[in-house]
Amino acid sequence: MTGSDPAIVVEGLRKTYGGKPALAGLDLTVPQGTVHAVLGPNGAGKTTCVRILATLLRPDGGRAEVAGYDVRRHPDQVRYRIGLLGQYAAVDEELSGRQNLEMFGRLYHLGARRAGARADELLERFGLTGTGHKAVGQYSGGMRRRLDLAASLIMRPQVLFLDEPTTGLDPRGRTEVWNAVRSLVGGGTTVLLTTQYLEEADQLADRICVVDHGRVIADGTADQLKARIGGDRIEVVLRDGGQLDAAASVVGLAAGAAEDEVETDADRRRVAARVENRVAALTETVRALAAAGIEAEDIVLRRPTLDEVFLHLTGRSAADGAAEETADDTKDHSKDDATDHTTDHTTKEGAGV
Amino acid sequence: MTTATDTTAQPSGTLRWALADSWTMTRRGFAHWARQPVQVVVNLVFPVMMLLMFAYFLGGGMTVPGGGDYKQFLVPGVFALTMAFGLEGTMLAVTQDLNKGVIDRFRSMPMAPSAVLVGRSVLDMLQSALSLCALIGVGLAMGWRWHGGIAEALYAVGLLLWLRFAMLWIGIHLGMVAGRPELVQAVQILVWPVGFFSNVFAAPEHMPAWVGAVAEWNPMSATAAATRDLFGNPGAGGGSWAADHAQLLALCWPLLLVAVFFPLAVGRYRRLTR
Repeated sequence: MTGSDPAIVVEGLRKTYGGKPALAGLDLTVPQGTVHAVLGPNGAGKTTCVRILATLLRPDGGRAEVAGYDVRRHPDQVRYRIGLLGQYAAVDEELSGRQNLEMFGRLYHLGARRAGARADELLERFGLTGTGHKAVGQYSGGMRRRLDLAASLIMRPQVLFLDEPTTGLDPRGRTEVWNAVRSLVGGGTTVLLTTQYLEEADQLADRICVVDHGRVIADGTADQLKARIGGDRIEVVLRDGGQLDAAASVVGLAAGAAEDEVETDADRRRVAARVENRVAALTETVRALAAAGIEAEDIVLRRPTLDEVFLHLTGRSAADGAAEETADDTKDHSKDDATDHTTDHTTKEGAGV
Repeated sequence: MTTATDTTAQPSGTLRWALADSWTMTRRGFAHWARQPVQVVVNLVFPVMMLLMFAYFLGGGMTVPGGGDYKQFLVPGVFALTMAFGLEGTMLAVTQDLNKGVIDRFRSMPMAPSAVLVGRSVLDMLQSALSLCALIGVGLAMGWRWHGGIAEALYAVGLLLWLRFAMLWIGIHLGMVAGRPELVQAVQILVWPVGFFSNVFAAPEHMPAWVGAVAEWNPMSATAAATRDLFGNPGAGGGSWAADHAQLLALCWPLLLVAVFFPLAVGRYRRLTR
């Protein structure tokens, strides 16, 4: 692989499970040293894609190259050049952090001495030096994730796959992982990241592709996508549902939105509109509501949710698509419920394959 | 890229790496043992407990065909039973391992794919060898003796471990077929009737005719009868062809089982990547 070749090339990738297509001709190109986010709901094919690229699954059709090697023909060459951080911690829970890293180092054929030295290096880098003999099973979620990430980096991989790296982490654990990813990219690693959260893609990725039903349906930088989706939104919940129409015109005016862009929800006494300038819109809305004598129970500014991206791009809800594709997969996973993420998925994609 | 990447980018298929990786996986098992000493002790104590219960609670009422002390008859039987019951431990370990996230990391690494199974084999054979040592020690303390030469005794131990080796591959295969630890429980229950459907605790002559005939052909019975014969303990032999050719069967039964289950297990493990 020379300096200008892409780190990941995927062409027409297909994979079917029991007659249902998980990937239906996925295309993807990731330049070296960049972060590419694959955004989509559960069941969109994100995990399937990562598992094929990490040589864990064989595709039914299409081509995939990682770090210049075909994943089907030269899996071992690929394996020496990648790191994988899956949805669930891929470390031995009964061993200590150091025992884990040393074991993986030996299995990468570093030899006992170098495996040990690399383990110590990584423990220090990820702030796990003091963990000593403690079994990983007793680590906090954030610590386990950091160890998992450290294990993915033993070989200083050219390409790092992160499959929903922050699902199930608390906000602090998420920040830890985000910071670690940022520092890696500074070192020249190419990162392919899957996520359900637009915010995560926004924070980390140079480019985002939105995946649905195993295909890329939109592709661009975070700003480009957000422009297509419609930017931030302001939501006002009223004390008195009878004032809904009055509030709609006040909010629309204050937020600078056209009349048909203001949504109202009588059941929840809610008015919502897209905004261009977050702070100005909020200030103006609060002032205008007070001036009109309309009492608000709650006012929030928020980014578009994945559901709204989906609604915009496909004309249907992301949750519907997920339910349809993973109906036979009931494995639960706990998710963090950060304020921005209002989509609620109870199924998980690609489990048990 | 870094030197770490370049100097080690060799194919994993070479025997050297296969051995090194298998050793690393075996060390992983030792580390687990060190973490769970109680589990290791329980695994050693359980067969000893079986031996003591049958010898002292039930042994008084048992008769040995051709006469003789029941303890002398029982001890080699429990050796064989313990080897056969090793199946459960293998199956459980394989199932638990495959359900852990760490297996994904192993499979995304350039390690020899065989190392996971080889590591498992070495650990389980070692565990069973330790169990056998403990049983021999307790047996001797109970008054059990072998009367043949040292070569016969070693041959008997070899036959016992050979049965365990066959059970290992059945366990690995069933562990992958079952897939979930819950299903392993069902097999753990089924192991019991299969274990008792043999000459381990009672002579087949004393069973209803057809039951006795089936029990004599149980692979475990062949190993038990062959070791009784080699140790010079009572109850070996009998009227039937199976009883008269116990040593041959003790070699052939495990061979047949390995011939069937080894390729099945390896094939199934390879297909995990599809």
